[in-house]
Amino acid sequence: MALLQISEPGASPDPHARRHAVGIDLGTTHSLVAAVRSGVAECLPDRDGRLILPSAVRYLPGGKTLVGDEALAGAVTDPKNTVVSVKRLMGRGLDDVAPDARRGYDFVEASPGMVRLRTAAGVKSPVEISAEILATLRQRAEDTFDAELYGAVITVPAYFDDAQRQATKDAAELAGLPLLRLISEPTAAALAYGLDNASEGLYAVYDLGGGTFDISLLRMTRGVFEVVATGGDSALGGDDIDAALADRALARAGVVGDTAGDRRGAALAARATKEALSATSQAEFACSIAGKQVSLVVERTELEAIARPLVDRTIVAVRRVIRDAKVAMAEIDGVVLVGGSTRMPMVRRAVHDLFGRAPLTNLDPDQVVALGAALQADALAGNHGAGDLLLLDVIPLSLGIETMGGLVERVVERNSPIPTSRAQEFTTFQDGQTAMSIHVVQGERDLVADCRSLARFELRGIPPLVAGAARIKVTFTVDADGLLSVAASEETAAVEATVTVKPSYGLSDDEVTRMLGESFGHAEADMAARALREAQVDADRLLAAIAGALAADGELLSSDQRAAIEQAAGELRVARAAADRFAIERSLKALSDATEEFAAERMNRGIKRALAGRRIEDL
Amino acid sequence: MTPAIDDFALFGLERRFALDRTALDQCRRALQAEVHPDRFVAADAAARRAAMQSAVRVNEAYARLKDPLRRAAYLCELAGVRIGAEENTAMPLEFLQRQMAWREALDDAVSADEVQALASDLEAERRLDYERLARSLDEDRDFARAAQEVRALMFVERFAADVDDRRAALEH
Repeated sequence: MALLQISEPGASPDPHARRHAVGIDLGTTHSLVAAVRSGVAECLPDRDGRLILPSAVRYLPGGKTLVGDEALAGAVTDPKNTVVSVKRLMGRGLDDVAPDARRGYDFVEASPGMVRLRTAAGVKSPVEISAEILATLRQRAEDTFDAELYGAVITVPAYFDDAQRQATKDAAELAGLPLLRLISEPTAAALAYGLDNASEGLYAVYDLGGGTFDISLLRMTRGVFEVVATGGDSALGGDDIDAALADRALARAGVVGDTAGDRRGAALAARATKEALSATSQAEFACSIAGKQVSLVVERTELEAIARPLVDRTIVAVRRVIRDAKVAMAEIDGVVLVGGSTRMPMVRRAVHDLFGRAPLTNLDPDQVVALGAALQADALAGNHGAGDLLLLDVIPLSLGIETMGGLVERVVERNSPIPTSRAQEFTTFQDGQTAMSIHVVQGERDLVADCRSLARFELRGIPPLVAGAARIKVTFTVDADGLLSVAASEETAAVEATVTVKPSYGLSDDEVTRMLGESFGHAEADMAARALREAQVDADRLLAAIAGALAADGELLSSDQRAAIEQAAGELRVARAAADRFAIERSLKALSDATEEFAAERMNRGIKRALAGRRIEDL
Repeated sequence: MTPAIDDFALFGLERRFALDRTALDQCRRALQAEVHPDRFVAADAAARRAAMQSAVRVNEAYARLKDPLRRAAYLCELAGVRIGAEENTAMPLEFLQRQMAWREALDDAVSADEVQALASDLEAERRLDYERLARSLDEDRDFARAAQEVRALMFVERFAADVDDRRAALEH
């Protein structure tokens, strides 16, 4: 039997291997990748020294795909095949997509669920398009380190719902990025800001990006970042200001932009005008419509009149979050601005007026989210000593289920700390009923029709009893990524009901598998090789994790328990060496099962340690 | 993780209504620093599951202890007295009259100032209600009476939320 190798207590199993973990800001208009190098978080440049990757993907006939600046060049000339602001389409159905965001794309009509776009490379889902951006950033990071990535933390707007988060997670999988955690953008910004300035206290993070608005309140206490409340609007951002300004400018010039290319061109011109107006009181708006040159001067006051209703909407959201958190304005110690749109002087003024203090802006609002994500990625990868950084996040939107009459019964309230779990009991409506369907929605309104449909769960295998006799316990669990999962069991007969999930706007597991297959050019050999490689990586990680756990807490085990774990570990090593994927997967499960009790014991020890530590602090 | 221990024991706190909020918050952070899934990203699947369960348990207990009304209800239940808000809907006449007067006052209030005045009155009454509840739980240890007070306060809290909604609506 092979023996486990055990490292010095406290040392990591392989002290020489620094794990390369990155933080990725997958933004509406642009994306960045950052990493902690020599103790400092920094954004990674591409070969030409550019930090920002425009979130644009262009599909060329013949199978070539361009990403970033090279793709952006096609936004006006080839709008159908050049996707910008794809983040606004993630986890969204056709009915959800604002007319502005629809401009120029060839949507597959009458398809249920998440939107699909027809391109030169075939029908693409927003998940696949986002995966192109992620894969480009992954490649950039791997080139920088000349090594494979251990994993990535990807940021999402705090106000992203379950479907949008799941879509982001699926995109990471397609891009071949091991996802360490999804974290909220304002939380990431607070992390970068808080660690940089050694701040303590209650902070508001106002994050107005290209396509989304978030407001979060966080309490920072000695390395612990605790989200108190969060809110926002996942369809409100600088893009909307650009579109409104473009419409106004074209109306003033008396021209009509009919084609998709014209509208794209006008929106890009409006963005340039808007950005110029952050520094000057008037700026030129110039674009070409139907081959005709349009040029006019826009005053800052005109832009501000156009943007006013949008900025007002953000202020309403801020007030609501402060009310939710049950804190007074005066308790807030600082306000941090994040997102390119916060460069607008009127946004700064509005935030200043509301909070009665100047907002903090000493970190680059474009980079701060990626930098914070990199810090968290580094901590999750275990490169730090434990205990210096911890994020405690909340779920942004309430989760509920549909009950009689199209009403929503809330199961998990918004701003509940995650991870969280709630159980709810249901019973049958008819005699002999053996299946039921549960419709899960997300949102704050009382009517199902006003909330976001997440998924329908079908329970089967309920024992046939008289109506109302079965007791079905359904457990809703929200994990640390803010993602929901559902389990169900019948209490009286103790049968485990099977649950199948039909996501309303997400991809099914089968679809993700199919897309993964496609990304490998249908080569089955490639797929098999990748599966084996993944199983081996999992085996290495599990063996290292268990060696670490034994080194730290091994004395909790009896010699029998320890022998059982070592036996299972030995079998996994043999399977791994034999390069047999199925044997590896079987042994992985066996070893994991063998450590179940040990894991529980370790948690108890952690809890005791926490209580003991606090008593010492009290003295 | 040991399911048998109650929330107070989990947080190393004395089982009573009066609570040191700072100690509760500190302890929550210390517990999550030990058991949060972020601490076990690189760990084996069993450890990740156990961490998830423990973190959920800490969050649930924290939510129950933090909220005074839930904490009071929990103390009653630990003492073997069920709140049973659905079955026990009978309320003293005096309480019902007070409720009705408040509801009418809210319906009649048209300006933000009027709603604010009502909110201030309500706040003062609510504070007295909680002081009474604290006495029932911590001094007299009369859990049956405390359960009745909890049921009454559930109405008061619901009404306070309505007042707050109205105030927010008038502000915009």
